[in-house]
Amino acid sequence: MGNEEQQFKILNDSTRDAKYKWVGTRPVRPDGVDKVTGRATFGADFQIAGMLHAKVLRSPHAHARIVSIKCERALALPGVKGVITGADFPDISPQMRAAGESPVVVRDLARNVIARDKALYHGHAVAAVAATSPLIAEKAAKLIDVEYEVLPHVMNVADAMKDDAPVIHEDVFTKGVEPKPENPSNVVRRFEFAVGDCDAGFEQAEIIVEDNYSTEAVHQGYIEPHAALVSISEDDMATIWCSSQGQYMVRNYTASVCGLEISKIRVIPAEIGGGFGGKTTVYLEPLGVMLAKKTGRPIKLVMSREEVFRATGPTSGGVGHCKLGAKKDGTIVAAELTLKYEAGAFPGSPVQFGCMAGLAPYAIENAKAVGYDVVVNRPKVAAYRAPGAPMAAFAVESAMDDLAKALGVDPIELRKKNGSKEGTQAHYGPKFNRIGFLETLEAAESHPHWNAPLGPNQGRGIASGFWFNIGGNSSANVHINEDGTAVVVTGNPDIGGSRASMAMMAAEVLGMELDRVKPIVGDTSQVAYSDLTGGSRVTFATGKAVIEAAEDVVRQMRERAAKLWEVDVDVVEWQSGHAVCIAGGDHQPLSVKDIANSAGRTGGPISGKASINASGAGPGFGTHICDVEVDPETGRVTVVRYTAIQDAGRAIHPSYVEGQMQGGAVQGIGWALNEEYIYDDDGRMDNAGFLDYRVPVASDLPMIDTVIVEVPNPGHPFGVRGVGEVPIVPPLAAVANAIAAATDLRMTDLPISPPKLLDAIDSK
Amino acid sequence: MAKHHITTTINGDETEFLCEAEQTLLDVLRDELHLTGSKEGCASGDCGACSVMVNERLVCSCLVLGVETAGAQIETIEGVADGDDLHPIQRHFLEEAALQCGVCTPGFVIAAKALLERNPDPDETEIRYWLAGNLCRCTGYDKIIKAVQNAAQEMRGS
Amino acid sequence: MAKVVLQQGLADSFTDGETHWEIDAKDVRALIRELDAKFPGIGEQLNSRTAVAIDGEIFQDPLLQATPSESEVYFLPMIEGG
Repeated sequence: MGNEEQQFKILNDSTRDAKYKWVGTRPVRPDGVDKVTGRATFGADFQIAGMLHAKVLRSPHAHARIVSIKCERALALPGVKGVITGADFPDISPQMRAAGESPVVVRDLARNVIARDKALYHGHAVAAVAATSPLIAEKAAKLIDVEYEVLPHVMNVADAMKDDAPVIHEDVFTKGVEPKPENPSNVVRRFEFAVGDCDAGFEQAEIIVEDNYSTEAVHQGYIEPHAALVSISEDDMATIWCSSQGQYMVRNYTASVCGLEISKIRVIPAEIGGGFGGKTTVYLEPLGVMLAKKTGRPIKLVMSREEVFRATGPTSGGVGHCKLGAKKDGTIVAAELTLKYEAGAFPGSPVQFGCMAGLAPYAIENAKAVGYDVVVNRPKVAAYRAPGAPMAAFAVESAMDDLAKALGVDPIELRKKNGSKEGTQAHYGPKFNRIGFLETLEAAESHPHWNAPLGPNQGRGIASGFWFNIGGNSSANVHINEDGTAVVVTGNPDIGGSRASMAMMAAEVLGMELDRVKPIVGDTSQVAYSDLTGGSRVTFATGKAVIEAAEDVVRQMRERAAKLWEVDVDVVEWQSGHAVCIAGGDHQPLSVKDIANSAGRTGGPISGKASINASGAGPGFGTHICDVEVDPETGRVTVVRYTAIQDAGRAIHPSYVEGQMQGGAVQGIGWALNEEYIYDDDGRMDNAGFLDYRVPVASDLPMIDTVIVEVPNPGHPFGVRGVGEVPIVPPLAAVANAIAAATDLRMTDLPISPPKLLDAIDSK
Repeated sequence: MAKHHITTTINGDETEFLCEAEQTLLDVLRDELHLTGSKEGCASGDCGACSVMVNERLVCSCLVLGVETAGAQIETIEGVADGDDLHPIQRHFLEEAALQCGVCTPGFVIAAKALLERNPDPDETEIRYWLAGNLCRCTGYDKIIKAVQNAAQEMRGS
Repeated sequence: MAKVVLQQGLADSFTDGETHWEIDAKDVRALIRELDAKFPGIGEQLNSRTAVAIDGEIFQDPLLQATPSESEVYFLPMIEGG
């Protein structure tokens, strides 16, 4: 343990690494004042002269052939300026992929934006209408006459996988199975990840636990509905103001769907009112472009909350099975995980990530995960924080709890004994480098929460979680202004305070005061391409680009000082924001301001840039402890204490790292206890509003305690690991395990809503 | 259909506007008066992002019609700070990092201010129940509650 | 020789179930060329839709990453995120 203590620490403000001036401090975020005063402009806050308002007509059926669309009555309404349908968009070949590295199938993307031949879910866009006011557009949408031939629908994995199930796509033949199927199916692909020999492993096992699990589709639940404003100029250049997780993604996808060149679109990112993965695709922007072309006027589109629920990506519901086999000493010798996820109306659930992430926390010699991606008549799923992992971890971490009980060992001990560490080979392939999973377990074990007394009807659960974290393409420009202040421009929307961490990393490298460094989120014409804000990549990858660009600026400032002093640049060092001459003459150090003042005489303005494809994102692990109190009369579960522990590598701004952990934990608590899509027999969503789709509110929750463990990531100059995804992975099982401890009932179907738990209590 | 001519006071300034009978106060604030600090998250009174004060009562402006506000005193997020001087609640939201995306923040500031004007020393449970009509999906509420507690303490002068 | 491992799903479609090889190639591009020569068609799949883990580190766009002798190379789905 002595050595281990050298390699990680639990962060608090007194253990912060003193060699840094800014990294690890908690300054007020640069964009903060605009956000507390209402000045910040979000997606729906833009307006320009001459703009029209558009509304989308959506399918009332879960599955229907579109026989005809007649727009005459709508167009006759005074104030209506244009209507579009799927026929206004180019038909796209099934092979086409979005530009660049993106694996997105444009045909599916386009048909999700607006239906062509068939409406595939309740809420699928069928037409859009532009008018001089939102009220007129809304009235006009109701005057569009659509004739449907209603088709049989399938709403869940079990029904969709039946041999006689209605087939949603005639051209989907299950991939990844032998022999190749002859008939189309709703099963898009089978995935398998395996290490060792599972059958042999289970034969060695002395204790086996297994169970079936299910989770319901849940929505990301960002408070800001999607919104976009599109204007097309005389020279056919489209400008889009919108809220998204990536301005380049919006540009690329919109261009692909509308058949335009990327250079014809400029996307100006608005402040984004939450995304959590849900704003990593387009819904409105292509409709805006086509309506703007048709009407010759700027178009504003804003979704209602009902539209957000009915038509934008939730994450998958699905079913799973987990089987674990162990020796009596607690060594897990075999694990088998099967997951079947709803993709929604188009292929592409995150089931493969569930297969990979679910078993990743454990070093198991014989492990196999099998996944099925299944289409159903629901909105196409979108990424949601650690896509696919929470449902998988719900199964695995519940089974771990059952295994600990069967073995009669402490659940933290069981996890420590089998936990992945440096050198462990994950069942999906690679060996881990330096990771901090065991350290989160040690921190949990020594946390006062773990041994605190419990009251009547209370129980305590623990669960862990993993996410890969990614790097990817990022660009940054850093320039020094004439007065010696600095501007940092990046291409990533600031969804949770990243402008603060970008400015802090730049200020750290430049040695400048933080309030002299201004971070800006650039539009697509101001800075080179960046992958979107997601995958917990921004502080890591875009941070790396900012650091490189700032280092470029430092190099240039040393060169300028060397010229002024007539010395070799090698004798000029950069210390605390000053060029310092260490040999060859007695010179007063020069500040950034001094160097900026004379920049014109030493070679012109000073600016640095970096465009990188960052690798080396360190995997993230977390462990959560949850106490619940169960009301045996009603089945209501109240979370009474919660502690989230996570390896952040290095926290740049600890408050925002804690915020990610707290927010992710609470989304997971909602997933575990309340949230679900409810459909009627006709496949129509019954609870498309915040009253009936109940996300956690302040009075549902206790304070969420956080412990930041720092095992620096060797792949980042300051040691950063992504933190945004991991915290939503453990809570589902942490809550279920706490309920199991309180009631001795193993609840395997989420959400564990009061009626469901009351039924279980009553039939005990 | 003729629009209605309404005169109100918004953030201390007498304000006139024309609106349709169907337009909510939120529509009027955002679309007619360009006061876009109040946000629409649901249009059904469930999320609180459009919270404003009407005659010293905390309301969801999406549930009030524009025509109902004739003669009313309205306070919106745009009127909370005094020029450059932030209200203590706004300042503590910044210091506690009580916002991530920030879209719910105007509603929370208005609602928290209404609470502290009514009860300068609320306990944690009272704060949580008062703010239960305001949804935040980013923060898990922890830092929001702390910001309100700290603001209350400062405003009490203790 | 790099140790190269393919996931079962791709192996079923392209390699008759074979998953492990030892291949001498200087980088991922050369390695994919070698595999494509053995199993025509797999190259396109590996070039466009997969990430690669080399000695534990995941690369999303790995074309020119070096694959030194004795390195372990795993083809994986491209990782997405929220």
